[in-house]
Amino acid sequence: MTGPRGDTAPPKAARATLRGRPSLYTDYAADQAIWNTPAKRYWTVALILAVIATPFLPFVTRSQQADLTLVFVLAIGGIGLNLLTGYAGQVSLGHAFFVGVGAFTASVLGGMPTQNVVGFELDLLIWLPAAGLVSMVLGLLVAPLAARVRGLYLAILTLGLVFIGEHLFKELRSISGGQGVGRRGPDPEILGFALFHPQEIFGLQLDRETPWYLFTFLLLVVMAILGRNLARSRMGRAFAAVRDRDIAAEIMGVPLLRTKVLAFGVSSFYAGVAGALLAVSFGQVTPENFGGLGGLLLSVEFLAIILIGGVATMSGSIIGATFVVLMPRLVQAFAPQIPLIGDGALLSVQQLEGILFGVLIVLFLILEPRGLFGLWLRIRNYWKAWPFSY
Amino acid sequence: MTTIRPLSEALTGTSVDIPHGQSLLRVDGLTMRFGGNTAVDDVSFDVGRGELFAIIGPNGAGKTSIFNCMSGVYRPQAGDLTFLGESLLDVRPDDIARRGVSRMFQNIELFDNLTVLDNLMLGRHQHLSYGMLAGMVYVGRAKRTEVVNRRIVEDIIDFLEIESVRKFPVGMLPYGVKKRVELGRAMAMEPKLLLLDEPVAGMNVEETEDMARFILDIREELDLTMVLVEHDMGLVMDLADRVMVLDFGVQIALDTPDRVQRDPNVIQAYLGEGDEGPTLDDEAAAAEARSGQEARR
Ligand SMILES: Nc1ncnc2c1ncn2[C@@H]1O[C@H](COP(=O)(O)OP(=O)(O)OP(=O)(O)O)[C@@H](O)[C@H]1O
Ligand SMILES: [Mg+2]
Repeated sequence: MTGPRGDTAPPKAARATLRGRPSLYTDYAADQAIWNTPAKRYWTVALILAVIATPFLPFVTRSQQADLTLVFVLAIGGIGLNLLTGYAGQVSLGHAFFVGVGAFTASVLGGMPTQNVVGFELDLLIWLPAAGLVSMVLGLLVAPLAARVRGLYLAILTLGLVFIGEHLFKELRSISGGQGVGRRGPDPEILGFALFHPQEIFGLQLDRETPWYLFTFLLLVVMAILGRNLARSRMGRAFAAVRDRDIAAEIMGVPLLRTKVLAFGVSSFYAGVAGALLAVSFGQVTPENFGGLGGLLLSVEFLAIILIGGVATMSGSIIGATFVVLMPRLVQAFAPQIPLIGDGALLSVQQLEGILFGVLIVLFLILEPRGLFGLWLRIRNYWKAWPFSY
Repeated sequence: MTTIRPLSEALTGTSVDIPHGQSLLRVDGLTMRFGGNTAVDDVSFDVGRGELFAIIGPNGAGKTSIFNCMSGVYRPQAGDLTFLGESLLDVRPDDIARRGVSRMFQNIELFDNLTVLDNLMLGRHQHLSYGMLAGMVYVGRAKRTEVVNRRIVEDIIDFLEIESVRKFPVGMLPYGVKKRVELGRAMAMEPKLLLLDEPVAGMNVEETEDMARFILDIREELDLTMVLVEHDMGLVMDLADRVMVLDFGVQIALDTPDRVQRDPNVIQAYLGEGDEGPTLDDEAAAAEARSGQEARR
């Protein structure tokens, strides 16, 4: 038997012989499941438990915990860009614009009003989906234009969004707080339960950051599963078909415009949600975070997340976000030991970070287009095949 | 473990409710120009239900251009294409696919990064009826639809004898297997009309025989109408009910295979101007050599 066959449950005798051979699929549903091997299931559960336990470990500092929260938030945005660029093949430099729209939408709906800015102090259950939806609507509006160009032209067109965003965010002062000033982000509260506040659940004392850490992680898990399902289902295959050969895809019955528009829509939704979460984590959001040069840098950071982490994989987006957040910390930690690095020396720490990012992106593009995730696959396959190297 | 379903049970949508032999596809005065170059020049023909209709002609005769007009990729300057009584002019390619036209390409157009399974599932795209959000949640109907269609795709995989590569990315497969996968993807679309553009180009004798067997079996089991473009004269003369010959975009013959072979116009076209030009057999051999090179590339 070479693979799955058959649609009905095997007869009793057959089932008995199958017992003890868990890697043998007996129906297509099992083969198509997300975690289709026990190893994948165990590792996923172990990883989730480890992440949940992390804030309670005595040696984990508050700033390290905040970094991890940032990883979760950027990973959600990274998954969004990966759906658009990695799966559907539409390169976008405008991701920061949609992140910004989400951040300001959330700040208006969930933030406090002041003399300068509007705020409605609504519940997270309203402002979080709203941030995603407003971004998505803008994404759907831009998409029909963007879907008509490709490659370099698409990159330039989406880059334009970042500069339109800069103008918009600066002008709409009652929403954004204005240039250089900004405004406070939303206060996350679900039905009166404050997420950015010390809490006590099940007798466990949680400090201010921990509920927020756990919430963003939960959201990441949910949105990664939704993204993974999308990728393996009808529309995800259509995305990949459009990416690989658009004309053939059309002849196979995939409507080109509609598919690209949906890719922009779902990607902007993820971006909007990530923006809303970022607004909470940052505490204060300014137009410069998401528009103009700052926006361009943020867009490039998202591209780095998917290129370094792994194009067209969910795990890649998460690995990439981890890398993008933690690498600067490592550089900062080791910089004092490296000669010629530091203030007033040949290179500042920031410059070194920038150079490292650039070099890594280029190296991955050339040597391992599947990113860190691809590197991991290689290592795993090497050990699977060991001692045979082929 | 379970009995293998016959193809006709897996793919039930291929039959058409018009009488056998009656026109399924009508091409009328089709003209396609590229600048000053007339690739297809006032070509008309009818393909009857259940027929295997072949188009032959030297390189650049306009065979692929006719297919591209049928798929909605090219817009002809003049003429009309009617499929099941409706015009295909100004209809989007994906809509033409939905109406039941599927196709194998001269230069393989598979999705290289996707597995054989996913390529075939993409052929099923129009038959999966759940939306994007349902796909993201992946329970209930979405999941059931996936499993039902996976089974159909597995039946095609069995039929084409490509079980062992079902989870391989298509890009790494050898040429002959890719051609099979492409046939599988076209079948997965459950079409009413199948367009085959040089299905055995670049194949050795054994692979050619396999492909011919698949085409005959599909025809028999699914009662499928086909248009075949091929340089392999042996295959065309064996399989086709009728043959149309094109030369520089002009239709110079349309008849049964044996009569076409004896047609002086056709012999003239293949002989060229001089007396020592290639014969039909030479043309076939040349095509084989040429596409062999293509395959090695
Ligand atoms: N997209 C295009 N742009 C310009 N010219 C084209 C295009 N497609 C086809 N042609 C021209 O139209 C003519 C017919 O080409 P076509 O590909 O239809 O020939 P063919 O009969 O399929 O040949 P072959 O046996 O080599 O596949 C050729 O002269 C070709 O150069
Ligand atoms: Mg051709």
